[in-house]
Amino acid sequence: MRIELSKRPQQSKLFSALSPFLAFSLMVLAGAIIFAALGKNPVDGLYAYFIEPLREVWSLHELAIKAAPLILIAVGLSVCFMSSNWNIGAEGQFTIGAIFGAAIPLYFPDFQNATVLPLMLIFGALGGALYAAIPAILKARFNTNEILTSLMLVYVAQLVLDWLVRGPWRDPAAMSFPQAPRLHSWAVVPELFPMSGRANWGIVFAILAAIAVWFMLARTLKGFEVKVIGQSPRAGRFGGFSTARTIIFAFLLSGALAGLAGIVEVSGAIGRLQPQISPGYGFAAIIVAFLGRLNPLGIVAAGFVLALSYLGGEAAQIEIGVTDKTVRAFQGMLLFFVLACDTLIHYQIRIIRPVASAPPAATPAVEAARGND
Amino acid sequence: MKDTDTGAERNLLEVRGLTKIFGSLRACDAVDLTIAKGEIHALLGENGAGKSTLVKMLFGTLEPAAGEILWDGEPVRIASPGEARALGIGMVFQHFSLFEALTAAENIALSLDSDTPISTIAAKAKALSYSYGLPLDPYSLVGDLSVGERQRIEIIRCLLQQPELIILDEPTSVLTPQEADKLFETLERLRGEGKSILYISHRLEEVKRLCDRATVLRHGKVVGHCDPRKETAASLARMMVGSDVHAVVRDPAEGLASAEPLLEVTKLNRKPATPFSIPLRDISVSVRAGEVIGIAGVAGNGQGEFFEAISGEVTQDEADTVRIRGNGVGRLGISGRRMQGAAFVPEERLGHGAAPAMRLSENLLLSRHKTDGKVFLGVANILRFPAVASAAKRINEIMDVRKSAPDPAASALSGGNLQKFIIGRELDRRPAVVVVNQPTWGVDAGAAARIRQSLIELARSGSAVLVISQDLDELFEISDAIAVMHNGELSDPIPIAEATRERLGLLMGGAEPGHQAHEPLEAAR
Repeated sequence: MRIELSKRPQQSKLFSALSPFLAFSLMVLAGAIIFAALGKNPVDGLYAYFIEPLREVWSLHELAIKAAPLILIAVGLSVCFMSSNWNIGAEGQFTIGAIFGAAIPLYFPDFQNATVLPLMLIFGALGGALYAAIPAILKARFNTNEILTSLMLVYVAQLVLDWLVRGPWRDPAAMSFPQAPRLHSWAVVPELFPMSGRANWGIVFAILAAIAVWFMLARTLKGFEVKVIGQSPRAGRFGGFSTARTIIFAFLLSGALAGLAGIVEVSGAIGRLQPQISPGYGFAAIIVAFLGRLNPLGIVAAGFVLALSYLGGEAAQIEIGVTDKTVRAFQGMLLFFVLACDTLIHYQIRIIRPVASAPPAATPAVEAARGND
Repeated sequence: MKDTDTGAERNLLEVRGLTKIFGSLRACDAVDLTIAKGEIHALLGENGAGKSTLVKMLFGTLEPAAGEILWDGEPVRIASPGEARALGIGMVFQHFSLFEALTAAENIALSLDSDTPISTIAAKAKALSYSYGLPLDPYSLVGDLSVGERQRIEIIRCLLQQPELIILDEPTSVLTPQEADKLFETLERLRGEGKSILYISHRLEEVKRLCDRATVLRHGKVVGHCDPRKETAASLARMMVGSDVHAVVRDPAEGLASAEPLLEVTKLNRKPATPFSIPLRDISVSVRAGEVIGIAGVAGNGQGEFFEAISGEVTQDEADTVRIRGNGVGRLGISGRRMQGAAFVPEERLGHGAAPAMRLSENLLLSRHKTDGKVFLGVANILRFPAVASAAKRINEIMDVRKSAPDPAASALSGGNLQKFIIGRELDRRPAVVVVNQPTWGVDAGAAARIRQSLIELARSGSAVLVISQDLDELFEISDAIAVMHNGELSDPIPIAEATRERLGLLMGGAEPGHQAHEPLEAAR
């Protein structure tokens, strides 16, 4: 007996819709096994992880705070990934965006009025876009591998931030703590419902960005260009679209959204620059983008799922005493299962029983599928 | 291999009820086939009839779902190409599997399982190649060889394994008429030595000339066995297609001499983009309103490079190198040239002319978003889906595109239907200039006739049509004059009344004065 993957004649709409849910279920299952292996009760573990954070209003606010940067970044990444530009450096663009945006109140502390915040947001987006332009230009001009360059620039950005908050931008009043001064009240993203929790306008920006990018991808010529270049670049060039222009566009857009996420996080959730401003949002957003099927509206839902995994990790750490590294494990498993389940969209699994007396042949199914003239 | 001498009636290969299913498609449906010793057996069928699938099962790259294969009367299972070779089945593929950066001998050595030294292989290959009239320099780099010479390497590589049955998949599609003649001599010699040959082709004339028997496939089923010598090309075509094929009608062009040129190319040069691509040298050609100019040539002599340069996918330094309707467009990209009234159909349909995963309506937008922006796009370039969809529907109806869904993905169409759509998409604009590369490659006879007729009609209505094709029959059918591309250079167009296969064939082989003799071995013969 052997198991064969054979290509479907058409991609399966059923599995296209089902795959994220299947992946999530598999992740929960694998999570239960991990909890059991750690000697914890899997039911308690999963409850603490996925239900507990949803039971209280303040905790829903926290969910929105965590989801906002994930959605903002992932929406930008969906444009990159759809055009086959593998921007892995959103974490760095996030960081540079935070630095650019926070520079305004830090350099002009006396400039305090209603224009400060919009300026900061614009600068944050600009910073992220400029930083993303580096791998974009390198790829468009010299055909470098954007996966490597964008990833390496993450570490550069983090070290720049570290140097700034320990050096030139350190708060003199902070007793040698490595952190920048707290942002003044005009420079803070306002909370949505201050009565019930901390959630700020970031989540609104995220959802607006998702809708705008969805419209761009689904309804405009630009979105068509992004998809054609991503799917078959040669046909795209035949259509009169430029590969280089699409690379630059996708990177600038995703860099700007990541930068915006960075400044919203610093000015809203954290309130100041410090060495650590992200629990890996830029990387987790890659999972969000794929879990949301690269569809900006799906990404909104996926962003909340990943945000839950962060909150659940904290809750599980407190409630049942497992390390917060389980967050990474859960996120990793989720990406793995999403990609694995996506195979079912294009392929179906068949179990082939051996023909009597004949040994099974070693012909790979994929080759067989291509053999069709 | 087993030796059986129980009488001459015994077939070398016998196939019974061979079936292969892909999803819901029965690519081969209970196919029966027998090949006797010492015969050249033709396998005929249109594209998608199941020829390649059948051959892949015989060569061990596909596993049949049902049916049996008898080799020398014994049932066998061929699970891999290695096992096929061990039985004595050799195959020459349509698309060569050669490394361009290695020599001929090194390429041959790669396919042999033994660790024989290269020098021995080279000597053997050379001896064998000369004895079969396919001279080959084993130490030449494959990248420097013509397509015909590359095919020789494949054939020699196959012969070195001393096969009893040789399968050739569309071998003449890459050859000049003279090269094809030489190949036929070789095949006849092999037949004389008692070898069997399975010859796959859709060129009926050569099948009639060469083959002893023919098996015709249609939609995966055997529709007949026949003696091709007793059939006419028309009767064979009817068997392949299942209905009569309408002949293309070409009215003589009138008033061409006074017509103004709509497409002018003057001294077009292009450096090779990769070490193995062909540079274009001083190409000049002009196409007048109402005229169809054909460009013949063996594959890989710069046709693809030429098409890219004319279409604007690659631009020129001088605006006047390419002129469309009198305007210099050399520096414009493909959209700019389209705006001047030109339309283009590339050779490769999936991945160049159309995006495979996209719907037909989206593929309509692909080449016409600029020229038909007023209709297809609203404010802020928002797509007008209903307008695009109704235009796609109109094209599909005019060109009789057969499809399984109202607006399927391009990859879901058969090659012929997709090509009808692509040609229809461009002609629907009523362009002043059309440049087509391989308009009917891999397209079934009925669709091909329709495509050719529509190109002629477009020209007669006052457009300039430039057709690049490897199919001489096609060019004779539709062109007013034929030029030949060889090694990146283009001959002067020969008016159709003066063009003969011999004359074109010589040009295709590089006989034009000023061309470097590309094949010194050939000259020595």
